[in-house]
Amino acid sequence: MVPLSYYLLLSGFLFACGVVGFLIKRNIITIFMSIELMLNGVNLSFVAFAAHWHALSGQVFVFFVMVVAAAEAAVGLAIIIAVYRTRETLNVDQVNLLKL
Amino acid sequence: MNPNLNLWLIPLLPLAGAAMNGFLGKQSSRKAVTAVALIFSGAAFAMALLVALRFSSLTLPYHEFLAHWIRSGSFSADFAFYLDQLSLVMLLVVTGVGFLIHIYSVGYMWDDPSYYRFFSYLNLFMFFMLTLVLADNYLLMFIGWEGVGLASYLLIGFWFTKDSAASAGKKAFIVNRIGDFGFLIALFLLIKHFGSLNFAQVFGSVTPLGAETAGAGLLTAIGILLMVGACGKSAQIPLYIWLPDAMEGPTPVSALIHAATMVTAGVYMVSRSHVIFERAPIALTVVAIIGTLTAFFAATIGIAQTDIKKVLAYSTVSQLGYMFMACGVGAFSAGIFHLMTHAFFKGLLFLGAGSVIHAVGGEQDMRRMGGLKSFIPWTFLTMGIATLAIAGVPPLAGFWSKDEILWKAYQVSPVYWGIGVVTAFITSFYMFRLLYMTFFGDYRGAQVDAHGHGSPHESPRVMLVPLMILAALSLLGGLVGIGNRFENFLAPVFGSAEVAEAASHTTELLLMGVSVAVALLGWWCAYLLYCKRPELPQKIADSLGGFYQTVVHKYYIDELYAAVFVKPLIDGSTRILWQGVDRNVIDAAVNDAGDGARQVSDEVRHMQSGNIRSYAGWIAAGAAVVIAVMIWAGVR
Repeated sequence: MVPLSYYLLLSGFLFACGVVGFLIKRNIITIFMSIELMLNGVNLSFVAFAAHWHALSGQVFVFFVMVVAAAEAAVGLAIIIAVYRTRETLNVDQVNLLKL
Repeated sequence: MNPNLNLWLIPLLPLAGAAMNGFLGKQSSRKAVTAVALIFSGAAFAMALLVALRFSSLTLPYHEFLAHWIRSGSFSADFAFYLDQLSLVMLLVVTGVGFLIHIYSVGYMWDDPSYYRFFSYLNLFMFFMLTLVLADNYLLMFIGWEGVGLASYLLIGFWFTKDSAASAGKKAFIVNRIGDFGFLIALFLLIKHFGSLNFAQVFGSVTPLGAETAGAGLLTAIGILLMVGACGKSAQIPLYIWLPDAMEGPTPVSALIHAATMVTAGVYMVSRSHVIFERAPIALTVVAIIGTLTAFFAATIGIAQTDIKKVLAYSTVSQLGYMFMACGVGAFSAGIFHLMTHAFFKGLLFLGAGSVIHAVGGEQDMRRMGGLKSFIPWTFLTMGIATLAIAGVPPLAGFWSKDEILWKAYQVSPVYWGIGVVTAFITSFYMFRLLYMTFFGDYRGAQVDAHGHGSPHESPRVMLVPLMILAALSLLGGLVGIGNRFENFLAPVFGSAEVAEAASHTTELLLMGVSVAVALLGWWCAYLLYCKRPELPQKIADSLGGFYQTVVHKYYIDELYAAVFVKPLIDGSTRILWQGVDRNVIDAAVNDAGDGARQVSDEVRHMQSGNIRSYAGWIAAGAAVVIAVMIWAGVR
């Protein structure tokens, strides 16, 4: 039986990787993948706790997160395609028309 | 059981006319507008006549309930009408004189581009005035009261492109509001203490109360406040200043609203409330004093005016003063009698003045008239009759009613009588002065004015016929007062207490002789000064110097009011309310809030770099702060 803390450490590591990737990467698709990484890091901690406490609510929550992540991926990818069509770039530093 | 008179139709007919002309008149021809205006006002007059014919078979007072209006707890005010001898007199005067003036206006206003608007307003006025005299409670009366004020405002400012007309309308409205304030407070007091505004209920609960002889009480307060309202509407001291300015309106308006009907609303209201006034001797004295002073004061101003309509305006104020003098000495029926005869001869005088102004192409200054009697003989004849009537020459209408007032006033106090007689002399003098300056001597106006108007010419028949009818009424209208017949007719309303004759019949005849003598004396003075020796008035004016100037400038009352009330108000509004409160507090608060928000945003907007990764950084930093706080809170 792997102790709970291992799962949590891995989960935290994945989440931190996601945050760092989100902050330092310029390509939108990479940023998007970083977001998925963060979500899955959190999911991991959910299922770890669910298994530890023998409570189903954590697992149910994971399903919700996955559904939302799927919807977000669909919308997000559509936006990325639209951005690429208009701006012909995927570099977020050049997608800055909204600034004052 | 009374038959159904359908009284509600009488005010509503002119309203229908006003609506039709107001909404459709612009597209219709002049003939159609004329037809609508005359048919609807004429129908109201016809209905009033029908009511008068069936009057003797009615059980009075006649009530007619139309619809519920306000019901709140025990208080109620309904759309209901009330008919008794007093309302009948008012009804006939308003519809009759009103209809005649409608006919006259067809001729007078024919060339005006806003012909339809004029008749729409005139019919609207009839609606409100009839509501006022037929109302069954004070609240409905107040609707009419305010409504005639509105119509008056609209008609004074009828030529609103003229600055003086617009501000005269404004002045009339504002001064009337001051009076209405008193009226409203009186109504609140009535509701508070009697729980009703219905005439029958209010007078029913007032009647058992004794007269407030010991000192001022509730009824005195109500009476005086009602009188404040009447002062505004009926142009009494100190609120008379709007009426002379109201002459900026078209002349038929001056005749109908500012001489014959609307300005008498105050007299009607005081008479209607006679039950209250009779139990408040102090209020009654106030009414008498205000009336007497106004009568005398306005008459003296009338002497020195040169604008034909201004003379008549001050004359109106003065005659209204007589009516209040009558009410103040408890002779309400004499006041109403004078109201009626005054409606005839003053309406006639104004219409005649309109005809004169029409004849000389818009000139109103009597110094530029003269010798008109050969140019416009019919106008001269009818105006001559009206002048004799107002001067109090027997047996014309004004003699009977004015003499009745003076006789009643004498029985209360010879002081009122004395001032009244002096006023009668002045009245006779300035009216004959007007007649001589306008119709006698040589024509002093320009023979051919810029519009190629030509020499003075007589008005069309549509204007002359109303003049003649009113002249007949001025001749004969006073005869209804012979043998106290008018008084006896109104006795069921005012009670017969006032009939008690204190002095002997000989005294009455003697006083009658005195008032006829002063009327003739005034005539003779005017004849001497303005016909026989026209150079004399100027000499007298010169020798009087400063006093004459004071009278010409209407005792500087307008200037006094401007200095005491208007200027402090304007200055206070400008300096304190506008520049102080509005600009430095309210505007400043709004502006500072805006400026502050902008300055803060100026700093904060740099966060909005447009750089997605910097947003992400802020989110991460925020999340870190939240986590830190939670951990810190958890540790504690």
